[in-house]
Amino acid sequence: MATAEAVAGGAAHGHHEELSFVRKYIFSTDHKIIGIQFLFTCLVFLAVGGLLAMMIRWQLGFPGQPLPGAGVLGEARAPGGIILPEFYNSLVTMHGTFMIFFAIMPLLVGVYANYLIPLKLGAPDMAFPTLNMMSFWVFVASGVVMLASLFVTGGAAGAGWTVYAPLSAVPDYTGVYLGQQLWVVSIVLFGASSLLGSVNYITTVINMRAPGMTLFRMPLSIWALFITAILALLAVPVLAGAVIMLLFDQTIGTTFFLPADGGQPLLWQHLFWFFGHPEVYILILPAMGIVSDVIANGSRKPIFGYHSMVFAIIAIAFLGWIVWGHHMFQSGMNPLLGTSFMISTMAIAVPSAIKVFNWLGTMWRGNIQFHTPMLNAVGFVALFTIGGLSGIFMASNTVDVFIHDTYFIVAHIHYVLFGGSLFGIFAAIYFWFPKMFGRMMNETWGKIHFALTFILYNLVFFPMHILGMGGHMRRIYDPTEYEFLQRFQGMNEFITVSAFLLFVAQIPFLVNFFWSLFRGEKAGENPWHDNGLEWTTPSPPPHGNFATAPTVYHGPYEFSHPEAEEDFLPQNQPLGGG
Amino acid sequence: MDWLPAAASTYAADIDRIFYVILAVTGVILVGVLTVLIYFLFRYRGREGRKAFYIEGSNRAEVIWTVIPALFILGLAFASQSVWPKIKSPDRFPTDALELHVRAEQFEWNVTYPGADGSLGTDDDFTTRNQVHVPVDRPVVLHMESIDVIHSFFVPAFRIKQDVVPGMQNDAWFQATETGEFELACAELCGLGHYRMRARVIVHAQDEYESWMVEQS
Repeated sequence: MATAEAVAGGAAHGHHEELSFVRKYIFSTDHKIIGIQFLFTCLVFLAVGGLLAMMIRWQLGFPGQPLPGAGVLGEARAPGGIILPEFYNSLVTMHGTFMIFFAIMPLLVGVYANYLIPLKLGAPDMAFPTLNMMSFWVFVASGVVMLASLFVTGGAAGAGWTVYAPLSAVPDYTGVYLGQQLWVVSIVLFGASSLLGSVNYITTVINMRAPGMTLFRMPLSIWALFITAILALLAVPVLAGAVIMLLFDQTIGTTFFLPADGGQPLLWQHLFWFFGHPEVYILILPAMGIVSDVIANGSRKPIFGYHSMVFAIIAIAFLGWIVWGHHMFQSGMNPLLGTSFMISTMAIAVPSAIKVFNWLGTMWRGNIQFHTPMLNAVGFVALFTIGGLSGIFMASNTVDVFIHDTYFIVAHIHYVLFGGSLFGIFAAIYFWFPKMFGRMMNETWGKIHFALTFILYNLVFFPMHILGMGGHMRRIYDPTEYEFLQRFQGMNEFITVSAFLLFVAQIPFLVNFFWSLFRGEKAGENPWHDNGLEWTTPSPPPHGNFATAPTVYHGPYEFSHPEAEEDFLPQNQPLGGG
Repeated sequence: MDWLPAAASTYAADIDRIFYVILAVTGVILVGVLTVLIYFLFRYRGREGRKAFYIEGSNRAEVIWTVIPALFILGLAFASQSVWPKIKSPDRFPTDALELHVRAEQFEWNVTYPGADGSLGTDDDFTTRNQVHVPVDRPVVLHMESIDVIHSFFVPAFRIKQDVVPGMQNDAWFQATETGEFELACAELCGLGHYRMRARVIVHAQDEYESWMVEQS
């Protein structure tokens, strides 16, 4: 199995190249191809999630007016283009589901854990390449089931991405039958895929590091992906178990979550959020790691406080297990628990603050290069700061009484998952594109894409804080039903128009991505002058990654070392030449 | 500031006060962080021939920016805790309150009143649908049940929100400080009619409330 010797074996591994097209590009066991497969698949799901969001925004901005072109959705969803309430509930549910499970999480973990872990650790491949391939194809199956559920009679799941029981457990309560069950089946498959991946990432990090690559010489991206894999390994089975219980309630008459025969609706919430809050950190920690790598590179300086950054990741991951109750302050849970969960939740602000200050410390007295990955990483720091601070409002059990389930939480989650995670993903795509495909993405268009996205993003999501402060409930089909929300209709229209523009602003990214695949400027081995081991091998790296197994002499952030000739020093080169 | 809806209950002002304290603290931190960020981006922008200052960190800085946020957070937690039990702990609910029974179902609120004898569960109780009538300046305790899915009792002007979970009784209280009409919304997704699970809350002057009660029973 995987040991240090396997690394040496990797060189020999690199020779038997004659694989058929199918084995090389479709049922591939090469971690790089699997990462790229995840990338293309997840970009499709990201687009699906975005399209669903556009329909939600249409209804909120222009309630009851026919959405142009929505006639194709059919009589059951949008007769004459007018979105129906039950379809709206499905839109809300599926937008959250696609973005969280099929876009953000696999874009970070599926793509970059797969692509980066072996390359950055100096390994020829993952510990379990075949499991890795299986993880991808089970994920595809899961995504296909979820996509199919959009088209079944009765519509897709409509109980929210949090699928609270009993609404989700009894088909008559939503009018959704097959759709809600397919949601469960898809999530079970998703869970299996995630587990296979996690086992693989953890084993690889523990066993397959190149000689000299001690744990505290690992880049922060790898630390974050490693800790994330542990979180996923422990959290996802809880979700899988809970949704299987839910499926039994839906189909074979059990009553785990139904009060009539002694079940407990709050049990669902405890199980879901016991998974769901670690999930939040699964969605942000890898982006924090990636952004740390990019900021050190962009500032041409070592990351400030490397060890505290590692400990902050571990602290966030640990605290993530004991805060789930803050989602349940108003649920009827014992108010004493509201106190303890508030304190543990607020404690997470401390390691989060440490990370932000260390990013600032990294930029301090740097020589900052504004390449597109760096711009997105800086955008991440600014927006994550807003998202982190707005979290303190909800963490306060008292303030939460008012803003719970309002647009304030919608603003918060999007500042963390879009402003945070998705900007981190964009930084990663621009940064590692040359390594993945051997060509650069266009920098000018990358910067235009960043500027448009950053501005429009804030125009969409910042006003949502104000909606939330006005008491605007989330997940309501038609805010004009309420007198106290009438004054927000103009703002809702503004957000909707901004959201459409934000969607359109992704076209430069898409064109840049595909154009650069074929026509981009050729990238050398190390276009960003970075120190990671992945930059010491050709772009794209051959099967087996490294011609000879690398030896690691120091940490990944030796930028601008006073005794080095250049302002970077790859990890496989000792100080003073070698 | 009229971002928050006009407050019309006793503890609304408490919640708003904590809200604005957190807004002030986080606002100052946000402006500070963004100012430093923008200054660094400008001051340390890359130039030819410039070399970054090689430094790996500073333990003193780490201690400072661990301890200071921790103190802030502790302060905000204490401030919040000074209000929370008053709103949510059943043993701190006001005594001599008017007690109402609320039955939530897809997609309506049914409110049962104690009638002339002043106690629930007797023959002279009566029920209103999608209307909640209460007197001003008197505490009201709600005993809430749901017969189908989870709903959430939310009156923005009173800053009250409490989920109503089937299979258990959820209690909540408020005391209105203004007469007039307010809106009650369901704040927990409860099905296709969730968005119109709306009721009117009518706060009467004390004497007006007495006569309304007599009319009903």
